Amino acid sequence: MEKRPLFGAAAVVLLVAAAYAAFFVAPRERTMGDLQRIFYFHASCAWAGLDAFGVCFIANLLYVWKRRGTYDWLGVSAAEVGLAFTTVVLISGPIWAKPAWGIYWTWDARLTSTFVLWLLYVCYLLLRTLVEESDRRALLSALFGIFAFIDVPIVFGAIRWWRTQHPAPVIMGGPGSGLDPVMRKVFFFSVLATHVFMAFLILERYALEKLRGEVEQLREEAEAA
Amino acid sequence: MKNIESVFWAYMLGWAVFFGFYLTVAKRSKDLRAEVERLKKAAREK
Repeated sequence: MEKRPLFGAAAVVLLVAAAYAAFFVAPRERTMGDLQRIFYFHASCAWAGLDAFGVCFIANLLYVWKRRGTYDWLGVSAAEVGLAFTTVVLISGPIWAKPAWGIYWTWDARLTSTFVLWLLYVCYLLLRTLVEESDRRALLSALFGIFAFIDVPIVFGAIRWWRTQHPAPVIMGGPGSGLDPVMRKVFFFSVLATHVFMAFLILERYALEKLRGEVEQLREEAEAA
Repeated sequence: MKNIESVFWAYMLGWAVFFGFYLTVAKRSKDLRAEVERLKKAAREK
C-alpha cells in the first residue's frame, strides 16, 4: 500500500488539530485579544518555510559537491515548498497587521527581508526555466540557491538585531521573552504540524521531479535510438 | 471574539495556498505520468 497518501492524511489531520488548538485551546492574549491567534499559524509557517529553504541549501551544497541529480530534485522540491510557506507568511502577516497596526505593510527589516527571500526563491525557480541543458541548469540553480540562502539568517536575526515594527521574538528571544505555558504548547504543536505537512509536500514534489527525470531519460533514449 | 474574522481569513487563505500548490503538483505529476506512458509505448512500437 502507498505510504504517501497516509502520510498526507496524517499531516492534514495534524494541521486541522493545530488550528483547533489555536482557536479553542490557547488562551486569549491580554493586549491583542483573539487577533493574536494568527501567530500560531503565521509563525509556524514561517519556521517551516525557513527550514524548507534550509533543506534546499543543503541539497544545493551536496549537488555542487557530488553532482548527483537526486540532490537537484530535492533542492527544487524544497525551494517550491519553502516558497509556498513563505507566501502564506506574506498573506497572514498583513491580515494581522491591519487591525494591529492600522496598515497592511511597512518596510521594516523583518518584513522587507522576508519579501526579499520570497523574491530570491522566485528567481531561483525562474532561473531553472531559462536553462535547457539539465546538468547546467542543476549547477546554476544550486549556486544561486546557495547565494539565496544568505537571506535566511537575516530574516531570523532581523527582529533580534534591529528595532523593528514587527513584534519582538517570543521564542529564542533572550531574557524577557517567552510565552504562557499553554500558548507555548499550542505553538509547538502548530510547529510540529506545519513541519510534518512541509515534509509531505517535499516528498510529493520530489516524486514529481523524479518523474521529470524519467521523462528526460526516455526522451534521450528515444533520440539516441 | 473581536477580530476573529481576521484569524479565520488568515487560516482560510493560507490553506487555500497550500491546497492550490498541492493541486498544481498533482496536475503536473498526472501529465508527466501520461508522458512516461506515451514515451514507453513509442519505444515499444519502434
